[in-house]
Amino acid sequence: MSSTTTSFTNSRRHVSVRTLWATGVLSVLISFAFFWLLFVSGISQSFKWVPAFVLAVIVYVALAFTLSRIVEGARKAVDRLVTSVLFGAFILALIPLLSIVIMTISNGIRRFDPQFFSESMRNVVGAGGGGLHAIIGTLEVTSAASIISIPIGILTAIYLVEYGKGRLAKAITFLIDVMTGIPSIVAGLFAFALFAIFFGPGIRFGIGGAVALSLLMIPVVVRSTEEMLKLVPNELREASYALGVPKWLTILKVVLPTSIAGIITGVVIAISRIIGETAPLLIIAGLSTSVNWDLFDGRMTTLPVYVYTQYANQGADAQAYIDRAWTGALVLMLIVMALNLIARLLAKFLAPKGSR
Amino acid sequence: MTNIAPTASRIKSRLGDRVFSNLALISGIVILLVLAAVAVFLVAQSLPAINATPEDIGSGAHTLWDYVGPLIFGTVWAAALALVIALPISIAIALFISHYAPRRLSQGLGYIIDLLAAVPSVVYGLWGITVLAPFVQPYYAWLVNNFGWFPLFAGPVSGTGRTVLTVAIVLAVMIMPIITALCREVFLQTPRLHEEAALALGATKWEVIKTAVLPFGRAGIISATMLGLGRALGETMAVAMVLSPSVVISFALLQSQNPTTIAANIALNFPDASGIGVNVLIATGLILFVITLIVNSIARVIINRRNAFSGAN
Repeated sequence: MSSTTTSFTNSRRHVSVRTLWATGVLSVLISFAFFWLLFVSGISQSFKWVPAFVLAVIVYVALAFTLSRIVEGARKAVDRLVTSVLFGAFILALIPLLSIVIMTISNGIRRFDPQFFSESMRNVVGAGGGGLHAIIGTLEVTSAASIISIPIGILTAIYLVEYGKGRLAKAITFLIDVMTGIPSIVAGLFAFALFAIFFGPGIRFGIGGAVALSLLMIPVVVRSTEEMLKLVPNELREASYALGVPKWLTILKVVLPTSIAGIITGVVIAISRIIGETAPLLIIAGLSTSVNWDLFDGRMTTLPVYVYTQYANQGADAQAYIDRAWTGALVLMLIVMALNLIARLLAKFLAPKGSR
Repeated sequence: MTNIAPTASRIKSRLGDRVFSNLALISGIVILLVLAAVAVFLVAQSLPAINATPEDIGSGAHTLWDYVGPLIFGTVWAAALALVIALPISIAIALFISHYAPRRLSQGLGYIIDLLAAVPSVVYGLWGITVLAPFVQPYYAWLVNNFGWFPLFAGPVSGTGRTVLTVAIVLAVMIMPIITALCREVFLQTPRLHEEAALALGATKWEVIKTAVLPFGRAGIISATMLGLGRALGETMAVAMVLSPSVVISFALLQSQNPTTIAANIALNFPDASGIGVNVLIATGLILFVITLIVNSIARVIINRRNAFSGAN
């Protein structure tokens, strides 16, 4: 009881914004002075910016906490402390994101030239060469995986929402959950185990990669389509039945057009998820250095595998390999970002017009 | 939702209806068959590995279990470390977005965090090894010099920074968006009345969160954690690229001898494997599948139980 009363009286006095700014400036000064002393006295060889900045933040939070505790009371002080910690966590998460984006762009731009998009790695040692074969491989394998997954995924979702009841629907829902959790490398091993039985243990081809990827893609498509179909109001279905429209036409002409925006968004996001997969393709699609248009014959490199192998198997003139790896990463990121953007635009344009 | 269709007895069943419903049914059954095939083929290809001789396995292990043991340890250890790093940060970010950020900004901020999930894992690997590892190495050296007496930070320090701690940081960044997104959803579902009741009693914002939001979201946090753990267990490329692997069971975070993970081990050794060696690797993959299956099932059970609860409210 007493603590409530004190905090009530204390809440009239509070730390002003100006005081907080002054505390901030003070803590930056303290921290930078400390690291400057370390630098001048010769204990550290250079002025360490990152630790200085981190120390400044810690000093600020500690000072603000103490100040608030004296002026505003313990409860308010803890509240302030938590607010700064939560904000700090958010900023902390932005650091890797910014770092990845900046490093990918600045390193990838070096080989982001016409040569990269027009040449493969055939007979290339050291500098030069490009990623044409990997871009072709990515487009073909991803398209094949989409052609397998999208019909199966959407039809399964229709089954689960519109038809499914009883034990079979429950079993399928459970298995979709299981599929969501399959590690990507296990999907690759499955595709290998499947095709090795028919074609022998040396089998490597593009369509195997597509099968592995569709194993990862189907559950994502089913889940998102299911969510979207469930959002379609039942009144629409009932109105259609009342007009004597058969069930299959109701689904095709009423349910799907109403939810098509969400379904396409989900599909595009699923594609952007699998286009960056590396591990299964490393196992079943293998790698090649030249352009291969045939999904059903011969090894096929995709962009993520290209990035990995360029980094992992550096030859003479290592920098050329690392540059190519970064450019491959940049192209991959651009494709993923473009797909996400397309998904948002489609969702906007295809959304059913009506009063909402 | 399904019972509202005209019953077959009244109207003679139409051809289109039958074709369409069977098509939907068949694709559902395809999924059943595919999963059965996954299980059958993986088990079939794993069986020869059980009797593998030391020559087949290589790396000095006598039996399959000798070989898998350190890998299982490495997988769980790296994923657990990643979780320890990611969980508090994710909950903090989710709270910040759901309860602290201005309403108008919060959706945009959530989208920024989701962007982290869109980065392909191979890019994380490349970033981890070329940017993060050299950046953290001096701090590792400092830790070993000053806190080397603490078992986790035991020396000698790795000269490249390619240690299990670096891997854990990369994995933490990768699973953070998953945990954050789920926690955010759960925190936003906190009943408004609970929060307002706490505010009316004079609680500060933090006390509202402590007394109303976090208890309500506990089940959600646990299941989000499990899903993040499942992702971290199965992650391949980031680990394969960043870690300098060896076959050891060691808790030391900063040495150049690190336990590797099942997934990374498969990715690194599969292209060169032959004969029974392939079966051994597939067997380890099967074990990984079982581990992630258990973790994900726990998460699903918790989510489903929660759904049953919220339906009653």
